[in-house]
Amino acid sequence: MSTAVTTEQVEKVVTESLATFGADPDQITPDATFEALDIDSLDLAELSQIVHEQFGVELKGSDVAEVKSVDDAVQLIASRL
Amino acid sequence: MEATARIERADAIVVTGVGAVTPLGVGARTLHERWCAGECGIADGEGACTDFDAGDFLSAKEARRADRFTQLAIAACDEALADAGWARERGRGADELPYDRERVGCVLGTGIGGIRTLVDGQDTLRERGAQFVSPLSVPLMMSNAGAGALSMRHGLRGPSFAVSSACASGAHAIGSALRMLQSGEADAAVAGGSEAGLTPLARAAFGALDALSQTGVSRPFDARRDGFVMGEGAAVIVLERERAARARGARVIGRVRGYGASSDAHHLTAPREDGEGQAAAMRAALADAGVAVERIDYVNAHGTSTPLNDRAETHAIKLALGEHARRIPVSSTKSAIGHLLGAAGAVEAVATLLALRDRIAPPTLGLSEPEAGLDLDYVPGAARPLAPGGHRAAGGGSATDGERQPVLALSNSFGFGGHNAVLCLEAP
Repeated sequence: MSTAVTTEQVEKVVTESLATFGADPDQITPDATFEALDIDSLDLAELSQIVHEQFGVELKGSDVAEVKSVDDAVQLIASRL
Repeated sequence: MEATARIERADAIVVTGVGAVTPLGVGARTLHERWCAGECGIADGEGACTDFDAGDFLSAKEARRADRFTQLAIAACDEALADAGWARERGRGADELPYDRERVGCVLGTGIGGIRTLVDGQDTLRERGAQFVSPLSVPLMMSNAGAGALSMRHGLRGPSFAVSSACASGAHAIGSALRMLQSGEADAAVAGGSEAGLTPLARAAFGALDALSQTGVSRPFDARRDGFVMGEGAAVIVLERERAARARGARVIGRVRGYGASSDAHHLTAPREDGEGQAAAMRAALADAGVAVERIDYVNAHGTSTPLNDRAETHAIKLALGEHARRIPVSSTKSAIGHLLGAAGAVEAVATLLALRDRIAPPTLGLSEPEAGLDLDYVPGAARPLAPGGHRAAGGGSATDGERQPVLALSNSFGFGGHNAVLCLEAP
């Protein structure tokens, strides 16, 4: 990923990742909470790894602990781009 | 309280549910029926569970959270709980248990655990780097992952753990669960074994030990046998106290009458040639069951098809059972499915219970030229009816008229490291 990564691109990667983890694709909306999607700490550890690989953004466990919804995650990642 | 504990200890421990996934197919009865029909689940020199599809039992999320050895255990456990009437239907977590969840234990044996996950993680580390190793690696590969998954899936909140004693793991797991109920630590337990080691690493590693059959044929006790055939699978049984099981109207498949374990303290891989260590476990199981040698109607042998085991085990059976060894059938499940390693003891306990229930002596397949000195009745080639008392009738005893007598068997399991575990099983 070079210079111009957009929030949309981040959202796409997050959405696809959550679907891979087993979340129902129809329920993955910006407002959806991880609790409702049955996304837990192990999934978020995997997501952190993917985000690091795709965007070079490093998320610590303490960052991720504050993230409660899909949009929370997208905004956090976008703010670190 | 103490008096209660004593009463509970005296209560028989019964099996109310069984489940299995083996190279002969999905289901405990599939294993039993196909083995007794003389069918073999080995193909291309291995016993793979080709009929097993994790998607039949697990959601996508559940499947990616479980190494194959855990997936196999989950399928076997679902079947066992449904069989016991603990779950309304197969494939679902038990939502209502007949016992307090805190009083239900779970013991699962495995020889290796999640070896596929381990190998995948190593490949990722080498090819892509440390930062790409999956956070799921540890929770999937750890040898207790299966026990944890069963406990979580069904809300079993009593003691749960894995036991590991190589190819005796499944029998040690059932023995440990038996003790858990006898000591009063739990009122019921789910116990078994699971293994999914069909990987190039395991093939190479067992091959380097010269333990695997070069011909790819499992023929225990045959003069031409040249090693074991590696297999994969799982089995789980449900254990309860007889009084409680009957009170809830459960169907009783059989009893775990006794358990005996010993160690060769001899060699890392080879059994004692004289079979004395193995015989000690058989004697201990008989003593624990409180039954005379003459009460044993069948021996489900460890019978790996390796030159060393089958010779030592034949000695052991003769040492433990004396003259009676020659009067009863002895056969090897591994002739039909290969060696399921850490799952073997549990799978063979299930096969033994169902054989006893149906009064069948299952066959040792592939056996047509017994080695000199291996002279027990190994039931070569085809199953036959199991007469209570074995061949006792011919020796002057008489089969009782009228009332159906329970039948008993020993199921032998011996592991690398010199671990010997023997179960004494009974069916009504």
